[in-house]
Amino acid sequence: MDKLLEANNLTKRFSQGNVISRAILTAVDNINFYIKPAEIFTLAGESGCGKTTTAKMILGFEEVTSGQLLRNGEPQTDKEKAWITEGVQAIFQDPFSTFNPMRRVDAYFHETVYNFKLAKTKKDAIDWIDQKLQLVGLTYQDVAGKYPSEFSGGQLQRISIARALLTDPKLIIADEPVSMVDASLRMSIVNLFKQLRDELGVSILYITHDLATAYYVSDRIAIMFRGKIVEMGSVEDVLMNPRHPYSKLLRDSIPQADPNLRWDSRVTLAELEHEEYSRKGCRFAGRCPEVMDICKTVVPPDVRIDDVFVHCHLYEELEEA
Amino acid sequence: MKVLRDLFRDYRFTVSFVVLVFIVTMAVLSFFSPYDPTLWHVVPRDMPPSSEYVMGTDSNGQDIFWQATFAVRNSLIISLISGIVSRVIAILVGMIAGYKGGNIDRVLMFIGDSLLVIPLFLIFVMLAMMIREHMNLVTLGLMLAVFGWAWDARLIRSMVLSLRERDFTMTAILSGTGTLKLVIREYMPFTTPLIFSTLINNMSWAIGLEITLAILGLVNLNIPTLGTMLNWALFYQSILLGRWWWILTPVILSLLVFIALYWFSVSISEYLDPRTRIQRVGA
Amino acid sequence: MAESKQVVLRTEHLKSFYILDMQGTQKVVKAVNDVNLEIYENEIYSIAGESGCGKTTLLKTLFNEIVPPQRLVDGKLYYRINSEEVDVTTFSAEEKRKLRMEYISYIPQGSMSVFNPVIKIKGTYEDFIGSHVEVKNRDEIFAIARERIQELGLPKNVLDVYPHQLSGGMRQRVTIALASSLNPQIMIGDEPTTALDVVVQRGVIQMLKDIQKKLKNTIIMVTHDMGVHANIADRIGIMYAGKIVEEAPTEKIFDMPLHPYTQFLINSLPKFGDKTMRESVPGSPPSLADLPTGCPFHPRCPHVKDICREKMPETIKVDAEHKVACWLVEEEFNG
Repeated sequence: MDKLLEANNLTKRFSQGNVISRAILTAVDNINFYIKPAEIFTLAGESGCGKTTTAKMILGFEEVTSGQLLRNGEPQTDKEKAWITEGVQAIFQDPFSTFNPMRRVDAYFHETVYNFKLAKTKKDAIDWIDQKLQLVGLTYQDVAGKYPSEFSGGQLQRISIARALLTDPKLIIADEPVSMVDASLRMSIVNLFKQLRDELGVSILYITHDLATAYYVSDRIAIMFRGKIVEMGSVEDVLMNPRHPYSKLLRDSIPQADPNLRWDSRVTLAELEHEEYSRKGCRFAGRCPEVMDICKTVVPPDVRIDDVFVHCHLYEELEEA
Repeated sequence: MKVLRDLFRDYRFTVSFVVLVFIVTMAVLSFFSPYDPTLWHVVPRDMPPSSEYVMGTDSNGQDIFWQATFAVRNSLIISLISGIVSRVIAILVGMIAGYKGGNIDRVLMFIGDSLLVIPLFLIFVMLAMMIREHMNLVTLGLMLAVFGWAWDARLIRSMVLSLRERDFTMTAILSGTGTLKLVIREYMPFTTPLIFSTLINNMSWAIGLEITLAILGLVNLNIPTLGTMLNWALFYQSILLGRWWWILTPVILSLLVFIALYWFSVSISEYLDPRTRIQRVGA
Repeated sequence: MAESKQVVLRTEHLKSFYILDMQGTQKVVKAVNDVNLEIYENEIYSIAGESGCGKTTLLKTLFNEIVPPQRLVDGKLYYRINSEEVDVTTFSAEEKRKLRMEYISYIPQGSMSVFNPVIKIKGTYEDFIGSHVEVKNRDEIFAIARERIQELGLPKNVLDVYPHQLSGGMRQRVTIALASSLNPQIMIGDEPTTALDVVVQRGVIQMLKDIQKKLKNTIIMVTHDMGVHANIADRIGIMYAGKIVEEAPTEKIFDMPLHPYTQFLINSLPKFGDKTMRESVPGSPPSLADLPTGCPFHPRCPHVKDICREKMPETIKVDAEHKVACWLVEEEFNG
């Protein structure tokens, strides 16, 4: 199968403290996933589940502790950082902090064109920039000479996407791209992702805690909990029929915009969240409604059922041969 | 022009601006002096202010007004050398330590912190005694510069540390911008107000230290500065002998320079910092 | 049922602006622009709107805390205190202070700034409660605090830890417990569940509902998340550019939104099991310092008519509980 990017046993550990007392936190623990060309892949989970750390490792902003990142089936080495900027681009959560408030927005466009030698003359550069801005519904005239404070959050997020498109990337990493955009403008950004995938064949790694937009926009999804991928498969399978108890909880906890779908059951919250990272067996065992004895001591296996991977003891016997 | 008009709304800026213009004019006037500042007995001694000698003359037979123009010029040169050189060191150290982090940061900050905790004044006295023969405007300015950057480097470093975590740093990296360009283009606009206000603070610190060292007689007393003028005035007991014009000229000039520099720095940094602008509106 | 309800907080043509003097030129930000509210006892009223629509300013005004450069330009604000309606805008600082915590309390969005980071949680409790209730000793304060904390199912030992030792969700729940500890008539929450994880958010919503059920008081809250509104609110007010453009019970807002803005807000939300195309509202929200003439929504409205550009529509009552300010609806009802 064609795999644009593949993560093999990807792990990231942070150590905190000094020589005397050192605490090790495994932010990303042995995860495996891949992204196909022209697909939107979602990494979903709550804060502290390791989704942003994973994105930073792909972008080279964090070093990989162990495991591998493969691109088109070949290992990605530090020397080939060029691929990281040309082949992979990123957009960030807060559109107002994506651009330096003291610099004009178009400066970033011209710098990118200059640094990657995308155009020979100034006119070519402007044409190139204009072409990318038109993909997101803007023109060069809208942007030229303006500071970030002159735009709304939604506009800035579009500009940020256009900047990422300048190098014709194969993969765009979008870390919570709509959580700080106004509700009334959110869908225009999300629709843009679909359009980029369908028209330009760009893959998008969509990182979010909002399962409803994830369902709307993405093809496949991986749900992370405390550094582990607990369930992965197509959005239809994972979100319409969640198998892992955590996926079920997360899915049920999304507040539905429908007063007829109010929650009727109650929820228990973790009292000590840090303790969940250092659990021996399954990290969800402390709050899992279906917990068994084995969960507290043995790390669950990755079980495969109908193209869905579930990281849970409950489904051990159901595994297909 | 609009910037200037806004600045002049602040009385502190207006006052300090007028005083600074006066001080700089004095320094420039030194080039038109009829006397050589190093020669003695060029005019009658101990004359009170008159139409011929605007600020009188001293016991060395020098005209105090023209002597003061040289003093102001030289003191400003020392403070500018100290201010600018120490800014360069502070910017380099602060930016490298803040952006690179890790061991480089630790080493640089260790050096800076050491400078902050050792008793600087004693070091100056010792150094000044050791290199007294070679002491001129440039060496004195450089000496002050080498010891005057540590605190400001720390300020710049802490600023860069927080800027480095902002998303636009990553945007710049993804735009293919190299480290040096990134630091200059992305971070400099944020640190400029800080650099400017610390420059002025450092200048008034340098003038003050020069005066202190001069009164202790640790600099070359033949070069007229605000400090050496005071030293000579004190040496000849000008207060006891009632020659008030001799002692008051350097004292008043020093006070004017300090107040002007302080208000200049305060009013400009308040203007550059939008938060304090809002506060003034709200009050 | 609606008739028997007592109005606990009422505003009349409330206008609260920020008047900024930017180096000589005056800038007026019309954050709360002619707002009329009637909020009842024993209900959760929530206000929906996007960033920069003035909802936080509205809450501050309702809390009767107006600090320059914000100014109360016009209008009245009434609280019902001891079965009597009182205009509180004329209150002195001391009278306002007495009402806080006991009559009306505030739940902020970022719970980190509520607690002093270098003293234990119980120290903050002592400061807040001690300044309002006449108690003989600290033990009484802690007794009040412990009782409420236990009722809400929080761990007993939270009083004895420092703020940084609590997770964000726990801190937010302790903040809410603190705000409720003197049984206030009204609790005001500014995005109390935003910036929390979904599961934690669900826990906090659950807790707010528990408190409201127990105290039978009023919660006024603001959030931009329509899902949260659907889950918690009894009535919803939709705010756009400093005005309440539509107000109705929750079911009605979701079943029959009348204002085009409300329609967009609700229809643009993705739902599980439904992948049909969703559209955002075109354009961007206006700046409160430079509002368009007429209806502030007209530059983005797909049904815009000439009159929309000229005059702000009156708020009309579609039925006893449903109010809307839109020319489209006005015409339908009045001819």
